[in-house]
Amino acid sequence: MKKNLIRIGIILIAVLALYYGSTHRGLTSNTVSSTHATTKNILIVGSTALQPLVEKASSMYEKENPNTSISVQGGGSGAGLTQVQAGSVQIGDSDIFASQEEGIKPSKIVDHKVAVVGIAPVVNKDINVSNLSMKQLRDIFTGKITNWKDVGGPDMAITVVNRSSGSGTRTVFEDSVLKGETAVKAQEQDSNGTVQKIISSTPGSISYLASGYISGKNLRAVKVDNVSLTTENIENNKWKIWGYEHMYTHGKAEGQTASFIKYFKSKKVQNGIVKELGYIPLAGMKVDKNSQGKVTSK
Amino acid sequence: MARRNKKNSQDPIKESLLRKSISAKKDMFGRSLSLSALILIGVVVFSIFFFVLSRGLMAFTLDGINPFKFIFGTVWNPTTPDSNGNLQFGAFPMIVGSFLVTLLSALVATPFAIATALFMVELQSNWGKKIMHPVVELLVGIPSVVYGFIGLTVVVPLLRKTFGGSGFGILAGTIVLFVMILPTITSLTVDALRNVPNHYRELALAIGATRWQMIYKVILRAATPGILTAVVFGMARAFGEALAVQMVVGNAPIMPNGLLESASTLTSILTQGIGNTSDGSVQNDVLWTLATLLLIMSLFFNLIIRFIGKRTNITQGGH
Repeated sequence: MKKNLIRIGIILIAVLALYYGSTHRGLTSNTVSSTHATTKNILIVGSTALQPLVEKASSMYEKENPNTSISVQGGGSGAGLTQVQAGSVQIGDSDIFASQEEGIKPSKIVDHKVAVVGIAPVVNKDINVSNLSMKQLRDIFTGKITNWKDVGGPDMAITVVNRSSGSGTRTVFEDSVLKGETAVKAQEQDSNGTVQKIISSTPGSISYLASGYISGKNLRAVKVDNVSLTTENIENNKWKIWGYEHMYTHGKAEGQTASFIKYFKSKKVQNGIVKELGYIPLAGMKVDKNSQGKVTSK
Repeated sequence: MARRNKKNSQDPIKESLLRKSISAKKDMFGRSLSLSALILIGVVVFSIFFFVLSRGLMAFTLDGINPFKFIFGTVWNPTTPDSNGNLQFGAFPMIVGSFLVTLLSALVATPFAIATALFMVELQSNWGKKIMHPVVELLVGIPSVVYGFIGLTVVVPLLRKTFGGSGFGILAGTIVLFVMILPTITSLTVDALRNVPNHYRELALAIGATRWQMIYKVILRAATPGILTAVVFGMARAFGEALAVQMVVGNAPIMPNGLLESASTLTSILTQGIGNTSDGSVQNDVLWTLATLLLIMSLFFNLIIRFIGKRTNITQGGH
């Protein structure tokens, strides 16, 4: 009897604790505030697409400023935004605007655009289609066109490879191409590298890649509306599928964090490694894109 | 120790009787050390449960998702609203995917594992012990990413060439998991077979059974609970495996309508999504709910193992 009472008591306490825990987000969420963005040690977390670029820039910066140490981690755009909002890192990298991510309050963090990335549809080398119209591209990724012969290619089923939902590259691609339509449910992969590998080896496959990853002899980029992905075409918005790479700081950037971002935007980095790794420097852009995807000329 | 105590004290007998000896102190120290380790582990386990469960429940309590629709809904569309402006969270495709790869791989692996174990214990126990046992144990320790990578570069292209399609899917996941859980099931089955006392074998052979009759009618029956435990262990490993499966299953959150179509599992959606969602959003909460489902399933597997473990078909003789 006593044993049963104890058991019931324990279960009751557990249920109450769970109820309290599950209705109070602060208890388990990452909402600790807030370190100021002034320290000598800069911690950068976020977008895996931007990560190689930031790593290179930070090692260059550390050489010039020996008493600053910067550590760069991946984790994804969502993780970057979450952690910079919570103040647990100095810089959060993101492929998308903070307002596009649910659960992020854009007022708490400050956006620093640092580069532009172009994204192009890529197909396996067996597909002899070199140009698609925007409408055809949309129909392929929404599942209305399922065979290559409908777009002038061989009689072969189209294998769509998507990035995982919520990924920055996918968000940029869908915002520019799908115009609010829902993507076909298809295979999803979680990084540019994996997509590159799969498109190279899977006949009849199509996906999209950030410009830095479009290489290798078994895949090729496709023109859209007879425009090919070049720096110039992105700068004047002839090539429509592009987005910004962002660095977000918690509040105004100060101290070393501010000077690192300034360094990143300097000509040396922008015309050096930014170009080398397949990104497009901000300075040349003749247009602006806002978080709703609206493009205005500068 | 005792001698030194005596030498140092003025009233040797009283002192040594009243004072704790160094050995006793060491004893106390050791006990409190292991007790605090136990408490620490208890706290960690409890916190993990509390954390995962309470985060997992947020999708239902704070975001107002219907639990029934979550588990049995078949449309998983967490980021882009459909034509009515609703996001859909139906985890059934992933649940089915997880169970399919788990059950299929266990189904394929079990006969192989039992055959291997029988060879190692009953047929060639010398050779088996010297060579096969270390090999199997080595296989248990190979990191899952290695299996996944082999799956991606060998299994997927092979399936693509043989059956057409993309090669990614439940079948590729099953094959990779089959190789992964085979050593686990084998080594536990070996233990189960070794636990069958020798007089079972002697008795069976003495009354004229052939070797096969002995194995089939006596050894395997006596070892059944142990073998079942081995299979459930393998299934638990398969169910929780994330990386290797994610690399070959294709990760399309749709109901699997064939073994060769891209599908997804609870773990593959979880690992893919967690970096792309931000803390506190619906998208993040539903991933925690998937984690809760995984936790509950692993508890369930544990319960089965305990339940089977209590039963035994072996009597120790000596009437």
